Amino acid sequence: MKKAFQIGWLALVLLFIYVPVLVLAVYSFTDASMVGGSVSGVSFENYLNLFRNEELRNMIFGTLILAVVCAGISTVLATFGAIGAFYSKRVSKTLLNTANQVPVVNADIVTGFSICILLIVILRVSKDTFIPLGIGHVVLTAPFVYLSILPKLKQMDNSLYEAALDLGATPAQALFKVVIPQLVPGILSGFMLAVTLSLDDYFITTYTKPSTFDTISTYVVNATKGSQTEVKTALWALSTLIFIIVIVAVVLMNVLGNRKREVRK
Amino acid sequence: MRKLRFSRSQLCIPYAAFLILFVIAPLFVIVYYAFTNGQGQFTFSNFLNFFASTNTLGTLLYSFALAAVTTLVCLAIAYPTAYILARSGLKKKYVLLMLFVLPMWINFTLRITALKEILSLIEGNISAYPFLNSVIGMTYDFLPFMILPLYTSLLKLDNSLLEAAADLGADKFTVFLRVTLPLSVPGIISGMTMVLLPSMTNYVVLDMLYNSTYIMGSLIGSYFSAYDWNNGSLISLVLLVIILIVTLVTNRFSDKDAGARGAVL
Repeated sequence: MKKAFQIGWLALVLLFIYVPVLVLAVYSFTDASMVGGSVSGVSFENYLNLFRNEELRNMIFGTLILAVVCAGISTVLATFGAIGAFYSKRVSKTLLNTANQVPVVNADIVTGFSICILLIVILRVSKDTFIPLGIGHVVLTAPFVYLSILPKLKQMDNSLYEAALDLGATPAQALFKVVIPQLVPGILSGFMLAVTLSLDDYFITTYTKPSTFDTISTYVVNATKGSQTEVKTALWALSTLIFIIVIVAVVLMNVLGNRKREVRK
Repeated sequence: MRKLRFSRSQLCIPYAAFLILFVIAPLFVIVYYAFTNGQGQFTFSNFLNFFASTNTLGTLLYSFALAAVTTLVCLAIAYPTAYILARSGLKKKYVLLMLFVLPMWINFTLRITALKEILSLIEGNISAYPFLNSVIGMTYDFLPFMILPLYTSLLKLDNSLLEAAADLGADKFTVFLRVTLPLSVPGIISGMTMVLLPSMTNYVVLDMLYNSTYIMGSLIGSYFSAYDWNNGSLISLVLLVIILIVTLVTNRFSDKDAGARGAVL
């Protein structure tokens, strides 16, 4: 009885979470123009449109390139930042940790708006250079990379670095061949987190982007207000594609994780 | 080859400089703009505009009400879910948890598009129930961010404490009320902050659902569209103060490792 109740509750919450996405997925394979509208047959038109429509294609690839480039810059900046902070004096470490925490707790909209004022209004950097947008996304993502590297630094065996120096390595060699390899799991998960945060962002993008450029978020928001049915239903296909990619990624991560655990045993 | 000489703590200089330029400086800019007018003269008029207008004060109150209700609804759904996931004898807990947080990685605008289609199907005209649908939309968007910290804090719970309470004669309900619940407070607090602040500012959810919005974030959005940087900055400043207060209050309760937005990665 108790177990039935537990499973029932979980099932209800899962229904709430997944019904909209799954219904949209089903409709994305039809020629219907609205959910609940008339369906006359199965169609892959929406998926083809995603790749045929130049505007949609540019938007999707633009979002991906922006996310990967910014996540890359964030990862480099924050990795060295975290290593440096870890070996700094207590005062500078605390200051850096606090400054790092600001974008994490701040509302994205305030972060975006304040960067827009500083760069675009005061310093008159043109939005079309993509510089404000890039900086905005690095501000958004770098602190999370920093946070995912810090615990790895604490776990690190410090004597290895000293040993490398004693054995004649330069500090640079010791850094790149001894310290950074130990941080790789943190750096990778930080990078992945940065990519997903950048992909999901709406507010920082709106306040800093060139007017002719759109990411998935800003594009979708405009498209839901518009009346272009073809674009609207193509977005159902995009949502379904992302859903499938996320599921595959999660399953892969779990399978790989399990295998690693088994190997260790 | 000349040896590259540096001390490890100097590695954080680029990141520190980045944070000062693009995180700390923008905050000062916001404060400066909030208390000056378009000509750069010191003024309290933005301040008065905000606090003397029933319109903006109403928006502030509405945001608070919406955020509070959303947070409570999320908590009511997420607590039992996280409790069952973490404490019951269900198998494959981790896989189950993944099912609940997986939507975090699907772009939120696409998820809200899906929700909008379903709500329109059920309710017909969704702008007829703005408050109800705002709460549903925000809950749909932020639920995973509440489940995750609750799950982590409930999983860490020390079983021997619960057994001790039961041995000492407490019935199940008392054990939950006097032991489990107080011990999960850090999870509750960190989940609440992760839902409360976004639901005061994420006007896109409302904007997408029924094309009109009444929360704090939307004020910044409309001042941005009107190039009114000064009044926009004042709203940002108000939000910053709220965020600061919330952070200071919650720092007293939360445990340090409650990793923010995407800790599961």
